[in-house]
Amino acid sequence: MESIISAVEGYMYPNEMELQWSVLIVLYPFVTGLVAGAFILASLERVFRVEAVKPTYRLALLTALAFLLVAPLPLQLHLGHPERSFEMYLTPHTSSAMAMFGFVYLWYLMVVLLFEIWLDYRKDIVLLARSSTGPLRRVYQLLTLGSYNISEGALRVDERVGWFITLIGIPSAFLLHGYVGFIFGSVKANPWWSTPLMPIVFLFSAIVSGIALVLVMYMFVCWLKGRRIEMECVDTIGRYLLYTFIIDFSLEMLDLIHRVYEADESFKTLDFMVHTRLYTSQIILQIVLGTVMPIVLLAFIQVVRVSERARRGIYVLSGLLTLIGIFAMRWNVVIGGQLFSKSFLGYTTYKMGFATREGLLPALVLMVLPLLILWGLVKLLPPWGEETPSPAEAEP
Amino acid sequence: MSADRRQFLIQSGKFIFLTGAASIAFEHLLAGEPEKAPNYKLTDHWWAMTIDIEKCIGCGNCVRACKEENGVPKEPFLFRTWVERYHVPRGDIEHPEVDSPNGGYDGFKEKYRPGDGSKNFFVPKLCNQCAHSPCVQVCPVGATFESPDGVVLVDSKYCLGCRYCVQACPYGCRYIHPETGTVDKCNLCYHRITKGLTTACCESCPTGARQLADLKDPNDPVHEFLRTHKVQVLKPQMATGSKVYYSGLDGSVR
Repeated sequence: MESIISAVEGYMYPNEMELQWSVLIVLYPFVTGLVAGAFILASLERVFRVEAVKPTYRLALLTALAFLLVAPLPLQLHLGHPERSFEMYLTPHTSSAMAMFGFVYLWYLMVVLLFEIWLDYRKDIVLLARSSTGPLRRVYQLLTLGSYNISEGALRVDERVGWFITLIGIPSAFLLHGYVGFIFGSVKANPWWSTPLMPIVFLFSAIVSGIALVLVMYMFVCWLKGRRIEMECVDTIGRYLLYTFIIDFSLEMLDLIHRVYEADESFKTLDFMVHTRLYTSQIILQIVLGTVMPIVLLAFIQVVRVSERARRGIYVLSGLLTLIGIFAMRWNVVIGGQLFSKSFLGYTTYKMGFATREGLLPALVLMVLPLLILWGLVKLLPPWGEETPSPAEAEP
Repeated sequence: MSADRRQFLIQSGKFIFLTGAASIAFEHLLAGEPEKAPNYKLTDHWWAMTIDIEKCIGCGNCVRACKEENGVPKEPFLFRTWVERYHVPRGDIEHPEVDSPNGGYDGFKEKYRPGDGSKNFFVPKLCNQCAHSPCVQVCPVGATFESPDGVVLVDSKYCLGCRYCVQACPYGCRYIHPETGTVDKCNLCYHRITKGLTTACCESCPTGARQLADLKDPNDPVHEFLRTHKVQVLKPQMATGSKVYYSGLDGSVR
């Protein structure tokens, strides 16, 4: 109690002293961003037929699914009454941006992601249901949903429907994350959040983080399995990362320049905050290390010819820096938006607990959990299909 | 339609209807009877409050009375109403010094000397009972709502505790009650005003700085007050339709 008051500098409205949204709410836009970004990368191959990124297609989809399954958990853990969260489906308040979360989430999970993955894996699942033994066979039989027709014609239909699903999937992914940006961008009481650029900044940073994640995951899984990294694939993804990052950075700079130039009533307060309490996370981590560095690295290999080995190193490094930078960006939005008083007269600090309900430990668990789920998914549905028998063995 | 099928439809219809009715009845039972307020008609009232800055002496009676009346936690940073002390040195309204030790609960120890060229005054704060509440707009389940009589209420049996409304309030009027895990804020002592009483803060104010007002009551002195005083609401740029009217509000107040 004392620590809450002593953290305050200047004047805050009394009820503001306690931070409302913790590190778990930082995770929520970070995780959904990874989902949207990974999916959009996968869709590139499908809709625009970019053959080069094909090796990551299934991995990207499974990554999106693994993170999407975890996305609601930090929210659930944060609620004062998690047992009432289902009310958002039963009695949604139509004017609330947050009330739409459940519907956007379900739409994305059920209609887009699960359906697309199922269609893409249908043949593999049928073959696995026939070839595997024991309880695993039962699992695959269930996953077929009773459909064993993998004739040429049926697969062609799958392909066409899958293409169509991807087509609606892209705007859905935009919706999923643009919407998360809107949750913050539409709070007029908070000048740090309230900007119409917020959804689009969130969206592009999501694409950036998703691409970086898939890039790192792909190289990591290749290394783990002793597979050859296809350089054309990572080169293409690296280029996409660079392009989207430039758009993302331009948007963020536009927001910054606009704020500095307009210098409205909140400016002095926010400026002071960025130069003091947010300095490390905003200037150092987000902008210098997490944005400028990867952009420079990725641009460097576009103009200078470097060896494959060096390129791989640069991709891993810039991918990891990007993920740190985007996480820092989410942190600066969510936590930064609560460090100053709406009276513009004072500041507080965020003290993260460790083994508390909204502390560092649950946050770490929630970050590791999607990786475990992904591991399970990759085991169950191998993205490279190496464990599946060749098509010749399949019955027509 | 065969008799069997008709029978089935009637049976299942009865079943669905009755379980629905039973669940409503059960919910009613669980929730308990709402407090009776005979002769109170929601549509006959439009509640507001007036605060006369010149009259506030910073005694903290309102803060204590409110905490007592409404079971507000004693924590020194959770309040339904609190009092701020403004110190504006040399008329510099852009840089006021503001404090509110324990929300004014214990009154204010003398800090500024008269005649030092500064301007000093107290500003009581509470939920502004906005007619276009940003907090109501963002609640995902409609647990907080504008009552037809102009009071913003919270249904604590329905609130998820997501805290979005706390973020959306420009005035810092909401907090999460540590015992219930749901949001809490001033409801103008709804249990009192619906019975013809005034709020605990207004009742205990020794100078009459705070006055509950019913804008729909033609005999309420509020009309005379609003006509004869220059009044302002907090943060008018937020366009929230605030219904707490301050007389003598200084430009330094935010």
